[in-house]
Formats: sequence, C-alpha cells, structure tokens
Amino acid sequence: MAIDTSQAVAPIDAARLLEMYERMVQIRIFEDLAGKHFADGLVPGFVHLYAGEEAVAVGVCSHLTDRDYITSTHRGHGHCIAKGVDIDGMVAELMGKATGTCKGKGGSMHIADVDKGMLGANGIVGAGLPLATGAALTAKTLGTGGVAVSFFGDGASNQGTFHESLNLAAIWNLPAVFVCENNGYAESTPVHYHCSTVDIANRAAGYEMPGIVVDGLDLFAVYEAAGEAIARARRGEGPSLIEAKTYRYYGHFQGDMVTYRTDEELNRFKERDAIQSVRNYAVQHGMASAEELDAIDTHTREHLERAWKNAKSAPWPEESELLTDVYVSY
Amino acid sequence: MVTAAETRVMTFGDAINDAMRTAMREDKRVILMGEDVAGGAEIDHLINDDAWGGPMGVTKGLVQEFGRDRILDTPITESGFIGAAVGAATTGLRPIAELMFVDFFGCCMDQIFDQGAKLRYMFGGKAKCPLVIRTMIGAGVNAAAQHSGVHYSVFTHMPGIKCIAPSTPADARGLLLSAIRDDDLVMFFENKVLYAMKGEVPEGDEGIPLGVADIKRVGSDVTIVAISRMVHQSLAAAEALAAEGIEAEIVDPRTLSPLDDDTILESVRKTHRLVVVDEDNPRCSVATDIAAMVADKGFDYLDAPIKIVTAPHTPVPFSPPLEQAYVPTPEKIADVVRQLF
Repeated sequence: MAIDTSQAVAPIDAARLLEMYERMVQIRIFEDLAGKHFADGLVPGFVHLYAGEEAVAVGVCSHLTDRDYITSTHRGHGHCIAKGVDIDGMVAELMGKATGTCKGKGGSMHIADVDKGMLGANGIVGAGLPLATGAALTAKTLGTGGVAVSFFGDGASNQGTFHESLNLAAIWNLPAVFVCENNGYAESTPVHYHCSTVDIANRAAGYEMPGIVVDGLDLFAVYEAAGEAIARARRGEGPSLIEAKTYRYYGHFQGDMVTYRTDEELNRFKERDAIQSVRNYAVQHGMASAEELDAIDTHTREHLERAWKNAKSAPWPEESELLTDVYVSY
Repeated sequence: MVTAAETRVMTFGDAINDAMRTAMREDKRVILMGEDVAGGAEIDHLINDDAWGGPMGVTKGLVQEFGRDRILDTPITESGFIGAAVGAATTGLRPIAELMFVDFFGCCMDQIFDQGAKLRYMFGGKAKCPLVIRTMIGAGVNAAAQHSGVHYSVFTHMPGIKCIAPSTPADARGLLLSAIRDDDLVMFFENKVLYAMKGEVPEGDEGIPLGVADIKRVGSDVTIVAISRMVHQSLAAAEALAAEGIEAEIVDPRTLSPLDDDTILESVRKTHRLVVVDEDNPRCSVATDIAAMVADKGFDYLDAPIKIVTAPHTPVPFSPPLEQAYVPTPEKIADVVRQLF
C-alpha cells in the first residue's frame, strides 16, 4: 500500500530550510566531536554515532512538536537533537556529569527528555517500538492530537517487538509512524543476510498499513514522506511504515574496526552526503548563500566546543545520587 | 469490632474487580488492557458486553460501564501490549495491564525489567511509569507447569518494581486501589486458587498503604511469615498447633517490595522462632530473602534456626497427587514448626 500523496505537505521555505540545515550540522558536529572525545577517553562506556543519517532524524522531526513523542535507539544522539533536546545537557550526559540531561545516570544510550517528547535512546534493539505504540495509545485515548514516531534500524525490524507493535498499532488504528533507518548493517551483519526481504517496507503490507521506501540521504524525500505519514496519523487514519535507506559513517560503536565495510563503499555514500546536498540545493535555489551556511557551521562548532569545555569542568554527581530516582516513593 | 454496615462480603476476585471499577470511576486516565479482559472484541452482539471478562471472570462487567476504549482486549502479544502499557504510563495514562499467567513473563520481560523498571532512574528522575501489571500465580487447579508458577521473587529482585501479593479480599481491594494510585511500576500477584474465597471487605475507598505487613494471627511461640495463599495454609496449621500448646503468630507481608522488615523483626523478637512459608520454588525466593534479612538483623532474637517451607525445586507437575505434594500443606507447615521446639 503506498502512502497517499494527494494531500500536499507544506513546502520548505528558506527560513525553514536553514533551521533544518542547522539541525543537521548540529548532529554532524556533535557526533564528530563525540567520536573525538571518546577516543580521548572523556566518554565512558559505549557510543554509537549517527553521522551520515542526519536527513532522517531532521526530515521526520521537523513535523513534530513537544506534544508528539519519539522513541529512539542506541544510536540516539541525532534523534535527541532533532527533537530539541538541549545539546549542552547531552554533552554533559555523555560524560556522566551531574549537569547531564539525565543527571549523568543514563549515558549515551539512555538520553531522554520526556517533556520534549523524547522517550529515550534505548540500549535494547527493538524496545522502542512498543513504547511508541503506547505513547500513540495515550495520544488517542486522551485526544491530544499528538503522534508517536518510533525510530529503529534494519536490525530491529527482525525483533518480535517490530511485529507486535505494527500489528497492535494497526488493529487499534493508532497515530503512530514507524521509521526504519536501514543503514545496511545490524552491527557487523549486512542486511542482505539478516533480512528476509530486500525492502523492509514490504513488511507493511502484512499489517495492512502504508509502507514506503525513501532515500534517507535526501532530506526533502524524507520530509515529504514523513509529513504525509504524520498527517495521516493526525487525521486518525492510523499508522504507517517508512523505510529510509541510509548509511552510517562510523562503525556500529566507537572502537569497531569496521572490517565488514570497504572504504570504497563509505566514499560512495559520502559523495552523496545529506548535508552537502542540502547546502547545494540552498545555494542553487538562492535560499541561502555559502557565507550564511558557513556561518551556521562556524557558530555550531563554537557552541559544541563550548559545550564540551563546560562539560569537562562540570561536577560529577554526588554519591547520594546513586540511591535516588529509582521510585517516586518507596 | 466492625459492624455489618461497615463491611460487605466479597470474593477475592470480586474485590479485585471492584477496586478497578472504583479506580476507573475516579480517574479517566486509568485503562485496563490484556488478553480477553472483556473478550469478544468487534463481535457485533458483544460490542458493550464481555465474552469472558478474563479467563477466570475477574474483569467481568467492566466493559459495560467503561466501554471498549478503556477496557482493551489485546491480541496475544505480551511484548507489544506490556511495552505499550509502559509507553502509555510514561506519557500520561495510568494503565492496568493484565499478564494472564505470571509464567508468561518470559514473553515480555524486557519491557518490564529493562524499560519500565529502569526508565525513571536512567532518565535522572525525569519520568515515571505509573503502571500496574496484574498477574495470576499459584498451583492447585491442575493447570500444569506453564500456568501454575509463583515467581514473584524474580520481580522483588528488581529495583524499580513494587510487588504486592494479597491474601484476602479486603487486602486485595485495598492494595489494588493503592497500587493503581501509586506512581511507580507495581506488579500485583493474584493467587488463582483464592478467587472464589469470600471475606469481609470494609466500605470506603482509602486503600491500604503499600509496604505495610498485617498480623493475621497473634501468637507468642513462633512467627510464621506467610505469603498469599500460604497465609491460609498457615492459619490451618496454626489451629492444629494450638491444640498442642504452640501459638503461632502469622505475619502476612502483603507487599513483598518494599518489604515491611520492622513488623517481621518485631514479631520474631517476641516469639524467637521463624518459619517462612512461600509457594514459590526455594532458590533465590522471597522466603530465603526474608530468612537472610532476619538472620542479619534479628540474629539475637532467635532461639532456633530459621526454617522455610516452599515448593520443591521442580516445575509444577500435572498429575493431581503430585501437584498436591508440590504445594506446602498445613501438615507440612506444622511439622516444620514442631522441629523448632
């Protein structure tokens, strides 16, 4: 079933495009610096970087407000930033500092800001789908007009939770959008091996919901498909599945030797870099000058470098924090 | 002494039903979801009626009052609907999800343990999960190995979950009301053999606070801490023991997490002997957990070793005489008590 394209999605004007460009650049620089500082030993534990996939998070989240919810994955920094989570807090959270978004108690894989509708990055592959289904149930039951978007990967599309969530959202006609970021690999295992179908969007037919494949490196294609799916959900017409074909520039995790990919493949995708494409489009269509875009790049980098500087000197949590926030009351 | 006007007789199952009805009238955000909690979804002649009202009829009659937008039959999809219940609880609803038999927890454990139980802590206290998961426990109806377990120790083990196991209709109603109003993830364990049991239930909707044990029988010679249906097995054992001059005090924890250590320790300080009766399998059970707590904090009170009476380290057998040998009986409990004198 194709997504109904008869209802037009609001076109992107110059101001909006610059906002989206800035968001994508925030994600890219955030991830590049996270990788650098992880290598420097400033980030404990695991990081999973989203660089390369920015068009998906931004193309989707541009349609969302704070009353809409998203769930995410272990590769969650891009979704957090696109949803409006405070970047300085995120940097501090990666370091485990008290000023972190989660007071340092979650770390990279568990950054969340429920007030901004961000229900968390998640360390369990596929776990976000049922949670988003529940957030959509809340929206429907309370009549908020909100939608819930679940971001997940090609790997997660094989988890039982994928099947259960799509089925449940379909039978209950929930305002949910399921966005599969197919970056070609589940950890080190390629999708042509692990997945029984070439296009994960094919699975939508099994739940009688619309399913569409989009070029995840094309901000405009993602924006349009997501806009239609989200509008459909808001109209009470039920859930959709979007499969965005994309690519992650870094390994599955920092420290991954990435022996399963070739430099040739990586470079092929970098030639189609999503941020560069937006830049080219903006300049060619007179929506922004190269200088304006460069200025965005520069002040974003400055902001992020300040954020890291501040996070480095921020305090660690008090030891008493070990014992708090398990329960509301106990 | 309460007068007839202040209590009414209800079955354990009806008391649970009534708690949900009361809570759902009080707060529109409370919804119920589970497999066949009404039954007969989208069947024309059952639009506002229930085919089952739950496998044991505990949720019968709710859909007529609250409709199918608040009483949600789910497909057989534990990860899906328990996970949805967690997501709904985190975003403004106050769901009650029914995990039909506790033995099915393997089908949805991630959603309970790694998501619902942990999200408040991982998110720095900036989220909560006011979800109640009701589930059936207990052997004695020949339901065999995958429908008869107890296993609440798996959940008392986990930070972020509260666990309740009531033994009477009054406790069931009062504690479920409190559980639904509680802002944390509460698991509510209902022994299926108790559903038909009748008891006095006080009027009034204040609820019973979590974390407070109840003395079901006052005694001076031995403390029996008994959980869920084992309260009644222990009461029967206490009758037999009383005839022999042994007066047992029966402490019903009611809430397993948080556990009311103080009431248990106070009782052992008085009686100097402790037996813990738990229908669960023995290793890493709530019985051993309580025994360890008293061995640590009540060591000086004890005149005899702590004993536990539990099911054996086996799955639940099907054959009726074997199942009868599996569940702790009043005779077994009394025998163990006698060993302490």
